[in-house]
Amino acid sequence: MFLSALLDIGTGYGIAAVGAGLAALGAGVGIGRIGGDAVQAMARQPEAMNDLRANMILTAALVEGAAFFAMVVGLLVVLK
Amino acid sequence: MFALNVNGYICGRKAAGIRPAKPLKTLLRLAFLSLVLLLAGTLPAHGHGPEAPAAHGDAEAAEFNAGQLIMGHVVDDHSWHIAGDFAIPLPVIIYDTQRGLQMFSSGRFEHGHAAYNGYMLHDGKIVAVDAAGNVDEAASANIWDISITKNTLAIFMVVALMLVVFISVAGSYKARTGMAPKGLQSLLEPIILFVRDDVAKSSIGPEYARFMPFLLTQFFLILFANLLGLVPVFPGGANVTGSIAVTFTLALFTFVVVTFNGNKHYWHHILAMPGVPAWVLIILTPVEILGMFLKPFVLMIRLFANITGGHIIVMSFFSLIFVFGVSSPVAGYGVSIVSVAFTIFMNLLEMLVAFIQAYVFTFLTALYLGAAVEQSHEHKESLV
Repeated sequence: MFLSALLDIGTGYGIAAVGAGLAALGAGVGIGRIGGDAVQAMARQPEAMNDLRANMILTAALVEGAAFFAMVVGLLVVLK
Repeated sequence: MFALNVNGYICGRKAAGIRPAKPLKTLLRLAFLSLVLLLAGTLPAHGHGPEAPAAHGDAEAAEFNAGQLIMGHVVDDHSWHIAGDFAIPLPVIIYDTQRGLQMFSSGRFEHGHAAYNGYMLHDGKIVAVDAAGNVDEAASANIWDISITKNTLAIFMVVALMLVVFISVAGSYKARTGMAPKGLQSLLEPIILFVRDDVAKSSIGPEYARFMPFLLTQFFLILFANLLGLVPVFPGGANVTGSIAVTFTLALFTFVVVTFNGNKHYWHHILAMPGVPAWVLIILTPVEILGMFLKPFVLMIRLFANITGGHIIVMSFFSLIFVFGVSSPVAGYGVSIVSVAFTIFMNLLEMLVAFIQAYVFTFLTALYLGAAVEQSHEHKESLV
């Protein structure tokens, strides 16, 4: 809110930006864990690599979906 | 139309008994395509269009508005902007409940500056106006806009491309039965086999063959539309799969196909999950029923947001050149080096995303189909 006052833009815009940032943060943590654990699993069991990769992409897409909800809401606020 | 049959033909190579398409199936496929096309025209994501029509004339062109440029690119439009002041006007087809069907070129609107025949473009939407040029809200509510918009034309081109590609691939497959693939066929056969083996077979199980035409059509329609959207020059560049109307229609078909193929076990699991106490069912059954609708809804949002987000990021990097260029030309040229590099990088990343999103959409559809047609009593936990 301080930032939005500083930049002379509506409070809604500022909060939308913060919301988008938080969503990116959550998705970042989620996808990071998925990727990290998947690589670890692949290193432990290289023969299961194909299955792991498919599941990794799928789970990442699901996490991303949640983040995109936030992004769409943020976009709707900004664009009205 | 035929491309869909071709898909079915190619991937059903190992599936026993390739039957010719029944009239009902053909009709369903026709309905699928026409609904996609119709919805792309009627429900364009116009609500949040740019405030004013794209910069037109010297006074407006002097001021660069990145937001307007980006949104002008991302949302659907009644004309296809090529370069500078040149845009291809597309046909406007509206059904007015009072005045009947009307067809004329969108060039008559002069980019929203002129009214024609009592209609005008207002924020990218066709509205009715009175003689003085004021928007007539009541009359505007009578308008059903089924115009061939930018997205509709882009879908036509995707369909044409798919027809050409898959007829040729099917032809070469038939001509070279039992031999190594050649040309276009060797490019697409691995992808088709990937969809069959890693998407359909692994998630649907023994009944996968009858869903292959649907899954392949969905996969390649999304893939081709995504990739064509990344081409910066004319035939590409439309944000087809980043239009919520298009993804809505795709998700609707997933919903319809999954729901109509649901067997006894599927409905039993939704309406009364076996092995669950009755009082839990009071909570669980509504959640499961909500889940039926939520799954395609998330499919819709995921594809829409991914592709729109990608287009916005690419355009934002590109806009940086002009944002800096306004303050000083030197800064503009300086930033352009970094900016072009980032734009190319993002475009390449988006190519990967184009594949991943087509894969994810088809894969999730296949998973839902797998849950719907599963025969055994053991409940296999599926994601989501």
